[in-house]
Amino acid sequence: MNWKEPLLAVVLLVAAGVAPFTASTYSVEVLILFLINLILVSSYRILTTTGDWSLSHVVMMGTGAYATALLSKWWDLPIFLTVPLAAVVAAVVGLIVVTPLLRTKGFGFFIASFALGELIRLSWIKFRDPFGGARGMIGIPSGEMWEIDFFEPIPYYFFVLVVAVASLLFMYRLDHSRIGKTFKAIYTDEGLAESLGIDVQRFRAMAFVTGAFFAGIAGSLLAHRLGAIDPKNFDVNTMVYLIIWIVVGGTSTFWGPLIGLTVMTIVFEWARPLLEWRPLLFGGILIFFLIFQPGGLEGVFAQVRDRLAARRRGKADRTSAGNQES
Amino acid sequence: MDIATLIQTISNSIVAGSVYAIIAVGLAMAFGVMKMANFAHGEFFMAGAYVVYVFYALFGWPFPAAVLMAIPIVGAMGVATERLIFLPTRGNVLAGFMATAGLAFILQVLVGQTWGVGLMRSVPTPYMGAADILGANIGWQRLLIIPTAFAMLGLLWFFLYHVKAGKALRACAQDPETARLQGIKINRMTMLAMAISGASAGLAGALMAPIHPVTPYMGHGVILTAFIVVILGGMESIAGAVLAAVLLGFIHTFVTTVSDAIVAQMVGVAFMAIVLVVRPQGLLGRVKA
Repeated sequence: MNWKEPLLAVVLLVAAGVAPFTASTYSVEVLILFLINLILVSSYRILTTTGDWSLSHVVMMGTGAYATALLSKWWDLPIFLTVPLAAVVAAVVGLIVVTPLLRTKGFGFFIASFALGELIRLSWIKFRDPFGGARGMIGIPSGEMWEIDFFEPIPYYFFVLVVAVASLLFMYRLDHSRIGKTFKAIYTDEGLAESLGIDVQRFRAMAFVTGAFFAGIAGSLLAHRLGAIDPKNFDVNTMVYLIIWIVVGGTSTFWGPLIGLTVMTIVFEWARPLLEWRPLLFGGILIFFLIFQPGGLEGVFAQVRDRLAARRRGKADRTSAGNQES
Repeated sequence: MDIATLIQTISNSIVAGSVYAIIAVGLAMAFGVMKMANFAHGEFFMAGAYVVYVFYALFGWPFPAAVLMAIPIVGAMGVATERLIFLPTRGNVLAGFMATAGLAFILQVLVGQTWGVGLMRSVPTPYMGAADILGANIGWQRLLIIPTAFAMLGLLWFFLYHVKAGKALRACAQDPETARLQGIKINRMTMLAMAISGASAGLAGALMAPIHPVTPYMGHGVILTAFIVVILGGMESIAGAVLAAVLLGFIHTFVTTVSDAIVAQMVGVAFMAIVLVVRPQGLLGRVKA
């Protein structure tokens, strides 16, 4: 049996439980954003397994964020309701968006998804009532639960941690389920998948909507933390950063995007003094990976493992050969 | 809407449609030949505008000379993009598309750091005054775009249908394998396609420099329009792109006149979504066997 993955998960969970108590307030804020992005990047991977690299995914996250803002400001809903409801809203919007998108594939899908995402984003700018226009929405409550104020970073960190672990677990199970395998079958050979009776369009839509649902959760958590959101938070620049995370990590396994996000978050924090030059650095990294390491860091790990295994096998071969001689 | 406003709006629509056509033709052509999907096409447009800013506003060259300079400069950027990004990622549309998204970041930063990010660069209007057509005032600067677009598209049409290299380019777009069997060098054709693609985006940016705010991020608004036009036109069809460009020019301008620019963009995208549902192959696209 595969014991490495559960072990790794336990180690990570313990580390995540201890981390906020050893870190500064600023670092806890970074960790909260990291966990939110973890949900986002994992949700995006669901789409990429079918080959549909949507460019509207951060807009789906934004839909969750705006839904949260409206739900908590208008109806004073508590945080344990706004997060799931925002996810449902994002999923419904995702379902509407994906309907015309299913008519397209490849490049057409990318640019049409970009255009439809912009349509949603433009509607936030256009309709100042209720979305606040270009300046966005402010005064979103940080939420509270059992009298614990989530304005404090550490309690909110643990709330986000619980939601993130639950979301990741679900997505992990999905990835290994029959549905997850069907997504990959569609990407590998659509014609073959169709000839086996797989309703390709239905599964593509399912991947898109599931991705939107979890992006909505990420957006909701983000809105509660930032307290203010505006359409610029969810523009194409953010989308390209999401693509950079996932390309750097790789998409062929569940862990790839998580590795990519971790590494790029460290690089991002490290490159903070470079401010204006940071997009150049990240753009360069993106191009580098796509050309020289299309499998991402995950691919690097796999190569190293294969090489080590080959060397071990080589040694074993040599010893067995030596044994035969003697 | 009185007659003057109507004429004004129609002529503005034709101007907008001409600009969209110049931009989108390049995007469609690059995708048609060996599936080069360029996310940085809007940044090529931006680069064209900056060429005019540098040569015309800073160096004091005559405006037409500055515009002509944009063609080889941005064309060369297209060729460089083909060599450095599309060639190594050939066969993977997604990788090329994402890598050019990285290129867009790089170009934005380089331009922003060289000429400043904050304020828009002001390019003085070279041709003041306006034509008076039945009471409608149309600036010469805008009107100038229409014959330029016609000349450019005419030249392109002549090149594609009456010049050997252009015919080779079309052959390559239709079937690269068979084209190769006829002795057409695919690598030359992809470079040529990206040269034309870059040059057309650069030309559009150069023409728009005096009437469009010149900023490192001006490509963003343009790329959305170009994407919509290319989808409406049927992805690879150049004639389709021209038709869709004119159509979208009218939609955008009329909606902007009666409402505002944001609503115009929204209507454009919604129109695209409807076309995708009703006619996924685009206005002039053919269903692939």
